[in-house]
Amino acid sequence: MNYLYHLYIEFLTKYGIPKLFGDITFYVLPFCLSAAVLMLVVLFLVLFERKLLGWLTQRKGPNRVGIWGVLQTLADALKLLLKENVTPDKVDKFLFNLAPILVFIPAMTVFCIIPFSAEYTFVNTSTNVILYLVLVAFPMLSLFLGGWASNNKYALMGAARGIAQILSYEIPMTFVVLSVVTLAASMNMTGITLAQYSRNGLLGWFFIPCIIGFLIMFICVLAELNRCPFDLPEAESELICGYNTEYSGMRFALFYLSEYTLLFVNSLFMSIMFFGGYLSPFGVYLSQLLFGDTHLGTVLVYFEQAFWLCLKAFMIIFVIIWIRATLPRLASFDLLKFSWTILIPLAIFNLFIAVFIKYTMGGALCGLS
Amino acid sequence: MTTTTKLKLNLGPQHPSTHGVLRLILELDGEKILSCEPDIGYLHRGMERMAEGLTYVQYLPTVDRIDYLAGFFYSELLCRTVEQALGVSLSERVKTIRVTMLELCRIASHLLWIGAFLMDLGAVSPFFYAMREREMILRYFEKLTGQRMMYNYFVFGGVRKDIDYLYDIEDIINIIPAKLNDYEKIISENPIFIQRTKNKGILEPELAINNSITGVNLRASGINYDLRNSDYLYTDIDFKPIVMSGKDSFTRYKARLEEIRESIKIVKTCITKLKKNSNFEQKLINPLTLKLPDGEFYSEIEAPRGLASVYIKSQEQDKPYRLKWRTGSYYSVNLLRKLLVGEYLNDAIAISGSLDFILPEVDK
Repeated sequence: MNYLYHLYIEFLTKYGIPKLFGDITFYVLPFCLSAAVLMLVVLFLVLFERKLLGWLTQRKGPNRVGIWGVLQTLADALKLLLKENVTPDKVDKFLFNLAPILVFIPAMTVFCIIPFSAEYTFVNTSTNVILYLVLVAFPMLSLFLGGWASNNKYALMGAARGIAQILSYEIPMTFVVLSVVTLAASMNMTGITLAQYSRNGLLGWFFIPCIIGFLIMFICVLAELNRCPFDLPEAESELICGYNTEYSGMRFALFYLSEYTLLFVNSLFMSIMFFGGYLSPFGVYLSQLLFGDTHLGTVLVYFEQAFWLCLKAFMIIFVIIWIRATLPRLASFDLLKFSWTILIPLAIFNLFIAVFIKYTMGGALCGLS
Repeated sequence: MTTTTKLKLNLGPQHPSTHGVLRLILELDGEKILSCEPDIGYLHRGMERMAEGLTYVQYLPTVDRIDYLAGFFYSELLCRTVEQALGVSLSERVKTIRVTMLELCRIASHLLWIGAFLMDLGAVSPFFYAMREREMILRYFEKLTGQRMMYNYFVFGGVRKDIDYLYDIEDIINIIPAKLNDYEKIISENPIFIQRTKNKGILEPELAINNSITGVNLRASGINYDLRNSDYLYTDIDFKPIVMSGKDSFTRYKARLEEIRESIKIVKTCITKLKKNSNFEQKLINPLTLKLPDGEFYSEIEAPRGLASVYIKSQEQDKPYRLKWRTGSYYSVNLLRKLLVGEYLNDAIAISGSLDFILPEVDK
């Protein structure tokens, strides 16, 4: 962030604003930016999913509010905001109100540790992969809190299913992350991204040595996000809506928002782990090709990096939605059996492959020079 | 110290997968079902009591509502009972028209079931695909009868008007088989679908017979019992009943798919017959003077959800003294009591979905 920091201070001093102001605001700005961008992304994602599902199921999707239904999500959000906050009679009021907040905060926070470009990582710790794993697993616990506090049998069952699911799918996911960490020799997402750099573009990305790992991770992410075919905790046709049966209005909106935030963040994380994060698939940035080493070129590179990362993430999201339109739901016991008997052994095998590759080839992976 | 208690769960009446307003009182141990008690009557409209206060012709439009997905079958039943009581016989063309309508209706009903069943299993798209195909049939019904669901097309002694727009039916029977092949690809070959339905909800033939199960559910348990074999409408129509021996949910799904194919064949023969014989003649019974003779009358038909029958006790009045409906769904719902015990909750939804009951037919 140093480069951005100096740019910012330089910009302020040009207009005679003291450096102290810059020092304070510089750490607030990225957060505001993250929050604003995240909201926009989520609003877009909801529309994207509905349009895509509509397209896949021979419908039109939202098309009444705004041109091409663009404002539909906004209208929905407004409706949820204006709705009465119903708190059922016999719920644990404190926990009931706490749960949506505890779902939302980790989901927002995790957005801040993603390296969007070489210069833009709001919180950059040396082991932020672990931080990520913790933060992403956290909302599920909050969901359990909500399901428990709702004093509703369907909600409780959904929450219990959610816990069982996350317990069995967190383990293979951690193994896969471990194998990527081994290959990259770094626990930092920027480090992992840079380890995948090669002049041959996408040949250096980790999905080539770790293809099993990627598939496992993809399945685990589906399970963690409660997406189809692993949407047991909120199985609509069985548990009505699972843990959020009793939630309405803004509190439901918070669940909804964090669900899509996590979808986006998980896809970002997968792109970083296996698809070279913000690296260009051609090995060289287009803006560098076009503008060379000019001032404009160096600034545009950062935007291009963010673009590549988001593009990769959206491709993954597309597949996730596609799966939702295609597959029925798994049965709950098959789900747990699948994880313990197939995914975990495979994940450990994948770790062995990663260690073997690392041991024999050292840093010289695929196209890495 | 831990104590375990049974969890009593009210599944319904406003539950998304009970297909109406069925209430199941489940006793659960974790997610395992210990006992199941269906509670019906939330959609009771007094169809039988109503008949005692209405003349036959006043009652005729309401019987479509007994099963809103297959209304033709019930108006056919009432018409048939009255016709047989009065000794009226139908002309060849009218019979063929009725068979065409009934079979199209059966296709529509089975299509909707496929969609709803997959929805129960958590798959979204097949519902819309099935609806798209069903829409063609409903459009045709609307074109011919003016209604999408409550047709009131069959009248005592014939049909309201001659059949028309045969090219639409030809379109339907040309398009649907191709779409069914698509279903085979997206549904029947889907490993998750197979895992969730194969060997789930085994319905032994003895259990089925003891519970008066009829229709596809019975035939999927390996018993060859199709009322269309002996139905007077189907006498000169060549068809083979679909009998499968899998006994599980998957077989019930397969059987319905095959039955759609069989129905399409029937419709095809009907179309050729209709084209050959365009002599539309019928002798309608005057509804104003319609009175059934003293006695008891009974007739039955193979509806999409099992055997449906009507019993009328008449005392030489323009209204029935007593009228009783028998519907297939009622017995399927009762079967849940035995079929769901020992299953897990999410399998239970799949099993109850596979039996294809709809609640208006149960409550009447």
